[in-house]
Amino acid sequence: MKTANKTVTAVRLVEDALKKAHEFEDYNIFTFIDDEGALARAREIDARIAAGEDVGRLAGVPYALKDNFLTPRGETTASAHILQGFSSPVTATAVEKLEKEGAIMIGRTNLDAFAHGSSTENSYFGPTLNSHDKERVAGGSSGGSAVAVALDIVEFATGTDTGGSIRQPASFNGIYGLKPTYGCISRYGVVAMASSTDCIGFFTKTPDDMNLLMEIASGKDSKDLTTLDDYYNDSEIKKAKKIGVIKDFDNDSVAPEIRKALKDKCDLLKSKGYEIVEVEMPALKYALAAYYIIVPAEITSNLSRYDGVRYGFRSEDSKDLEKLYANTRDEGFMPENKRRIMIGNFVLSSGFYDAYFLKAAKVRTLIVQEYEKAFKACDFLLTPVAPNPAFKLGEKVNDPVAMYLEDMMSVSLNLAGVPGLAIPAGETAEGLTLGLQLVGPRRSDKSLIEFSKELI
Amino acid sequence: MKYTPTIGIECHVQLCTKTKLFSEVDNDARGKEPNSCVSPVDYALPGMLPRLNGEAVRLCILAGRAMNCEINAISRFDRKHYFYPDSPKGYQITQFYQPIIGAGFVELPSGTRVRINHAHLEGDAGKLTHFDTYSLVDFNRVDTPLIEIVSEPDIHSAHDAHDYAKELWRLMCHAGITYGDLYNGNMRFDVNVSIAPEGSDELGTRAEVKNLNSFRSVERAVEYEIKRQSKLLDAGEKVVQETRGWNDATGETTGQRSKEEAKDYRYMPEPDLPPLHLSNEFIETESKKLPMMPRDYREKFGGIIKEDILEILLDYPSLMIKLNEIDEKYITLVSNLFASVLLAEEKSAEYLNDLPTSKQLSDLAEMNDKKELSSTATKEVFLKMFDPQMKGKDAKAIAKELGVIQENDLGALEAIVDTVLKKPETQKAQEDFRNGEEKVIGFLVGQVMKESHGKANPSAVQEILRKKLS
Repeated sequence: MKTANKTVTAVRLVEDALKKAHEFEDYNIFTFIDDEGALARAREIDARIAAGEDVGRLAGVPYALKDNFLTPRGETTASAHILQGFSSPVTATAVEKLEKEGAIMIGRTNLDAFAHGSSTENSYFGPTLNSHDKERVAGGSSGGSAVAVALDIVEFATGTDTGGSIRQPASFNGIYGLKPTYGCISRYGVVAMASSTDCIGFFTKTPDDMNLLMEIASGKDSKDLTTLDDYYNDSEIKKAKKIGVIKDFDNDSVAPEIRKALKDKCDLLKSKGYEIVEVEMPALKYALAAYYIIVPAEITSNLSRYDGVRYGFRSEDSKDLEKLYANTRDEGFMPENKRRIMIGNFVLSSGFYDAYFLKAAKVRTLIVQEYEKAFKACDFLLTPVAPNPAFKLGEKVNDPVAMYLEDMMSVSLNLAGVPGLAIPAGETAEGLTLGLQLVGPRRSDKSLIEFSKELI
Repeated sequence: MKYTPTIGIECHVQLCTKTKLFSEVDNDARGKEPNSCVSPVDYALPGMLPRLNGEAVRLCILAGRAMNCEINAISRFDRKHYFYPDSPKGYQITQFYQPIIGAGFVELPSGTRVRINHAHLEGDAGKLTHFDTYSLVDFNRVDTPLIEIVSEPDIHSAHDAHDYAKELWRLMCHAGITYGDLYNGNMRFDVNVSIAPEGSDELGTRAEVKNLNSFRSVERAVEYEIKRQSKLLDAGEKVVQETRGWNDATGETTGQRSKEEAKDYRYMPEPDLPPLHLSNEFIETESKKLPMMPRDYREKFGGIIKEDILEILLDYPSLMIKLNEIDEKYITLVSNLFASVLLAEEKSAEYLNDLPTSKQLSDLAEMNDKKELSSTATKEVFLKMFDPQMKGKDAKAIAKELGVIQENDLGALEAIVDTVLKKPETQKAQEDFRNGEEKVIGFLVGQVMKESHGKANPSAVQEILRKKLS
């Protein structure tokens, strides 16, 4: 990570980043660019450097913040109309930790509204374009962050991953994207999508940068009771020998280029003396179904607070309370938000809870067990992130099921709480980037990042 | 036809924790501006997560033990969803599936046992005030910790319903888990009433009367429901299962909504709060902190304090705690001072929070016992102990200042008696007494008292007078 010092100033780093951010405005990466705020902070950091202060491990490093992290700088919109005008009085723990090390947020990045989506097309502000092909989607939901890093505007960006929202856009744009172990980084101050699967993570260009960010951002937070103890910095690097590939994903539903990329990387590993083993994980075929029950249930619950009463958008001319709720939520949410709210309410309704939610919870337990079993047979798994490379804008946006199928290889990690690192894995003949994901047991994040260097 | 009523009661108790159930802001909003005790978590900003207040968990253990309940080693939180402006999150965090407090029982003064099904921990809602064209909402009360105590349908009369509500209130106050201020809604009762023909094995259809905030209204609402439902059944009609509201002014209940159109709360496990695991050791350590309960006081003071006085005093935990510190031989006197002097005072509520020390009270009782203070003087000194000017002073100092210490020195008393007997105005009375007119002794004692400025011990004076006039 290029940090500021007495010769290369923070102002210089920030100016470069801001210049590029404006240059690439047609990609629709940012919901807010904080020129003034970022420069002011850069000057402050330069002054501290000049005074001989140790500013931190990210001194003057510009970064992009997914627009579902709360900070008082700019509005936090989650790319949703219903949060219009919402300026947060609090700062997310993850943001606090990054800024304490001297990082400078230059802007907030676009996402599918409330992170519901796999293409950033569900944003109230319109889609973000793919860094390698402007006619294709950036992936999602953290599309803006992925493209900001892929286009070298910033060296890193934050993301959230509830079912693939970091890994899939990372692979659609040819960069690293980590979904850590559930509970590794505090969720405090990040707009909730599904509390039991939401993970905070990053996009970077290198494994070392990823490791640095994890060292900084991970750890127990008294404001998030689901955070784990500070294991990351104490982790010992595990020497992997056996790498597993999931037999159940090796079929025609996966694009040939992606199957080939996987095979190439396996060959590379074999040439380095690693053993490749095939593992069967039959329960994974139920992961998508379980995911699209559990996650909408939590979504419906977490979105209940957006009612137009206390903050954000409120529909005008509502004659009574019921109309106020109905109009505000109807006008404020995107169609995909509403779809998930309706699914969630359905599966939680009295009489359906046992048949849907409870059953999905049981499937989730099976998936957890299946990962535990798999990691007895191998050290890490190497799998595709998504069945296809970046698709065309508009290609799937009107076909929710096709869109949900894009998540079939990513969601099981979120249900199991295990970490997954998306790594670059070449390009298609058309120049679209390909990605694969390395999956490890819970708390193996650091080893996973280290091991990814073997695949470069 | 004759009917047997069956009543179950749900009671919400606000816990007197320092901070709220899920955030660090002040839980005590009494006398504070609306919306001044609200954190970003209570206000349900995006991305805010609940934290669990450990003090609330401890108070749950005490509340459970006060009702002879099991404390569950594992409990969980769930979300109960509904849209209303008093609920910022759009759901209430409660314990639907696995509550912290398990089964137990409450014994009424009459000896009737009411079983407790369970009690769960949850957050309270905000408060709405309605105006002509708009409503205002105050979030100060949002996520004040509550426990909801659910009884079994073991109550069969309005009178027992009253006693149960009152006993529950006493238990919670003695356990020190709530301010117990009913007027301000610290405890609220929902009663479920049904009636069935006498001797029938089946229960009738129940109606629930919600939000009762006094024992008297619990009793009256149950009475009203029994009458209303009896009338319906007598007329061959059916009781509708519904929620009813109570009008204290008219003494009637009115239908609000029937269960058919009841809300679907779409319960879901709370993913932001891990299950609550309590070790046996923790439960036992905390349980030991349970103060004396009414049942303990009844056992201890049953033979010493008259039952009716004891039952009055049991409404005031601070008085019972104080009595418990007093030497047994002075208990009767101090309990009488509490019941007939202190509680009769206009400012008694204020006094209850600032009682004299047990040493002050014991000294006072001792002086009375030694006849250094008449019973009138004892009361006077006792009351002065609450006077800001006198506070903290010991009984003797106050008595001296008031000049009410009785003269018990027989030599000195004899001298005063002699002076009085020499006075011309007492001559006739002396003669009358000698002639057998018993009642004039009172007049003579009075004269001596007057001469001593009230400090003489009247019984000692009478003794001396009798000796001298015999």
